[in-house]
Amino acid sequence: MATGVAAWLPFARAAAIGWMPVANCPMPPAPREHSKKQDELIILNVSGRRFQTWRTTLDRYPDTLLGSTEKEFFYNEETKEYFFDRDPDAFRSVLNFYRTGKLHYPRYECISAFDEELAFFGIIPEIIGDCCYEEYKDRKRENAERLMDDQEENKDSKLPNMNFRETMWRAFENPHTSTMALVFYYVTGFFIAVSVITNVVETVPCGSTPNQKDVPCGERYTVAFFCMDTACVMIFTVEYLLRLFAAPSRYRFMRSVMSIIDVVAILPYYIGLVMTNNEDVSGAFVTLRVFRVFRIFKFSRHSQGLRILGYTLKSCASELGFLLFSLTMAIIIFATVMFYAEKGSSSSKFTSIPASFWYTIVTMTTLGYGDMVPKTIAGKIFGSICSLSGVLVIALPVPVIVSNFSRIYHQNQRADKRRAQKVQKARLARIRIAKKGSSNAYLQSKRNGLLNELLDLTGSEEEEQHMNKTSSLLESQHHHLLHCLEKTTAHEFVDEQLFEQNCVEGAQFSRSPSLSSQEGFTGTCCTRRSRKRIPLPNASLSTTHTHTHTQGLQELSAIHIQCGDQPSLSTSSRSSLNMKSSERSRINCRGQQITTAVISLPSPTNFPPDGDGHGPANPIPAPPTINTTTSSNIVKVSAL
Amino acid sequence: MSRRRRCKRQLVKFIQHIHQLVTGTLNSDNEDEEQDRTVVRRRRPVDLERLLNQSRFTKRELQILYRGFKSECPSGLVNEDTFKTIYAQFFPGGDVSKYAHFLFSAFDTDQNGIVIFEEFVRGLSVLLRGSAEEKLCWAFNLYDLNKDGHISKEEMLDVMKAIYDIMGKNIPPLLKEEAPRQHVELFFQKMDQNQDGVVTVEEFIDTCQKDENIMKSIGIFENNI
Repeated sequence: MATGVAAWLPFARAAAIGWMPVANCPMPPAPREHSKKQDELIILNVSGRRFQTWRTTLDRYPDTLLGSTEKEFFYNEETKEYFFDRDPDAFRSVLNFYRTGKLHYPRYECISAFDEELAFFGIIPEIIGDCCYEEYKDRKRENAERLMDDQEENKDSKLPNMNFRETMWRAFENPHTSTMALVFYYVTGFFIAVSVITNVVETVPCGSTPNQKDVPCGERYTVAFFCMDTACVMIFTVEYLLRLFAAPSRYRFMRSVMSIIDVVAILPYYIGLVMTNNEDVSGAFVTLRVFRVFRIFKFSRHSQGLRILGYTLKSCASELGFLLFSLTMAIIIFATVMFYAEKGSSSSKFTSIPASFWYTIVTMTTLGYGDMVPKTIAGKIFGSICSLSGVLVIALPVPVIVSNFSRIYHQNQRADKRRAQKVQKARLARIRIAKKGSSNAYLQSKRNGLLNELLDLTGSEEEEQHMNKTSSLLESQHHHLLHCLEKTTAHEFVDEQLFEQNCVEGAQFSRSPSLSSQEGFTGTCCTRRSRKRIPLPNASLSTTHTHTHTQGLQELSAIHIQCGDQPSLSTSSRSSLNMKSSERSRINCRGQQITTAVISLPSPTNFPPDGDGHGPANPIPAPPTINTTTSSNIVKVSAL
Repeated sequence: MSRRRRCKRQLVKFIQHIHQLVTGTLNSDNEDEEQDRTVVRRRRPVDLERLLNQSRFTKRELQILYRGFKSECPSGLVNEDTFKTIYAQFFPGGDVSKYAHFLFSAFDTDQNGIVIFEEFVRGLSVLLRGSAEEKLCWAFNLYDLNKDGHISKEEMLDVMKAIYDIMGKNIPPLLKEEAPRQHVELFFQKMDQNQDGVVTVEEFIDTCQKDENIMKSIGIFENNI
């Protein structure tokens, strides 16, 4: 139930007088107040610092250590105070939580120490107030990352038995783990460098023979270059195959960027091998050689800086894309303008708009090659405007990249915020559960109440001990309030799951004269029940079967009959077909006594499940042993 | 005429824009100054002795009430939104805003949109320690939305719908319209003795005093604190 507003409960109950003249049934009696003890001051001694508060303040959150009887473990008889051997600074936040209902995270506090304190006092951190929640989550994430980093470093040292494949993969990923890996790393690096240099040197003109012009070295020493190329490609191929073999998930490896670069680096060679004979495609063959330059990207495995650069560019891709788009717009505009401005002049180089693109780009980037110049006055005016605006437009990407580069360290925060949103959703879900928990608590207590009455009627005493009257006075008063509301509006609080079925069924009922009002109802009840069986697929906690009997009385157009039920002792979650134990129907309230006839039905007939294909109902234990739904099923979170 | 005025206004705005473009002032600076001049509400401190005289609570009860009140609203002023939030926490899953609004009006006796502790205690004093007639009067005041001394069917329907709204999803939507209406019909049949379509204070109190259930129910919240 809501916490700090427990103080307002008397007000809410008093305001319920507003319902009284409207209601047509007598209200249930108010819960008796137990011993009316005065509110007393409790002394909490935390490592020598004494905190004092009212007992009722602590009682606001009954499922924490301080709010329940668990604190009695720490009671010190001689000094009549509760002694806790914990950090008094952190305890301040804990106690403020009780006082104000909001949990704050102090910034100076270490996150794990704070978590420990919260865990000790039984408070879940998710209820930290919005003001401090972000900070808390950030610190927690940083801490987790740091721990993970530490763990990774430690992980390298301890290797339980890893098989050959895993060893190889680790060797590839972290070269400094073993000497072999380091050797392999340097060898591949060397060969990448060799291959790149070979490609470059191939094209250098190497000295001329008298009768010919300069020939590039590649054509002069064809065999040597070919051998070098073959060697490099063989090494790369072997490396790629080894990596492929060692990868834990081959499919993911093949999709990764590095492996694509590897493939692109070695493929031209093999294609060249296959296609050397054919003369027609030699042009394409030459083009393929260009791709050999991609081998230089293989260096990114060796260089952290290259990877960061690539990551930066990837991360500012959207900004760069937008800038490119706006640049394209500007280019098109100015090219068009220049084309039409220069159309008049003779021998103008601006032959078409695409031809003017070149001029615009060169001007806007302030290169100014001078191969195309405007000659008309209009052209010169627009040309100057173009170069001025070019300065502005080109200057824009630079700060973007710079800021992204500096932001790249915090880049992962975006991913974490997304994760935090999921946590936020979980948190909201938890708060929703808490809210539902309170209504579930009410339903639970009503069922307990029903069973209480059952026991009173049947006079069995031994079950009473099972009914733990742990609900505090506050809770019982709250439930009494909700009960009054039910009486006023002549509708009941039901489980949310049944709401939809109610909608469906509510339409079908018409009034029928009340028959079974006075005496036994089960006859009709039972026969109708099988018709209106509503199997609930997720009713692991409790299922309430709702019938709607109508009565001929004017004031009540629909009466919900709530049948309490008991889940079977088996752990199957699909125990919805299990039968309920008590049922009662309410009759007309016009001043007559409400007879609660409780009929326990030991039925375990197999109800044909509507769409519920799970196994038949489990046999029920004998009716006299009525086990109530334990409160462990209901999550009462002291949030809110 | 208005067109010309509009044109002129737009021209002035355009010139202002150009001016700002040139001089580079920020728009937002002007707006901030206005917000600083928010009204700061002041209220007198609450006097225990005076409250003791005005209400029927004992000192101890007043202490408990005030502590609870102040802990939830440290400023000591409850506005309607806070009130709705507090009231909503008792009824999860329902929509208490309408009924909370009516309650707020009933407590806010001087109708200034704020409930201070004195008003709060005054209301509670009637509800918890008042005679039956006073309580019924208070309930009448709650139902009489426009405070004209009569409860009309529309007012009652509003109140009834508000009460049913608190139940929220627990009432099937098909019945959501019908049930309050029927309830109101019943209420009027019972209360409106001279069948003139409105219920006056005397009719209300008279009928309620004759009804055992109501009299019994009113008394159940007596010793509450």
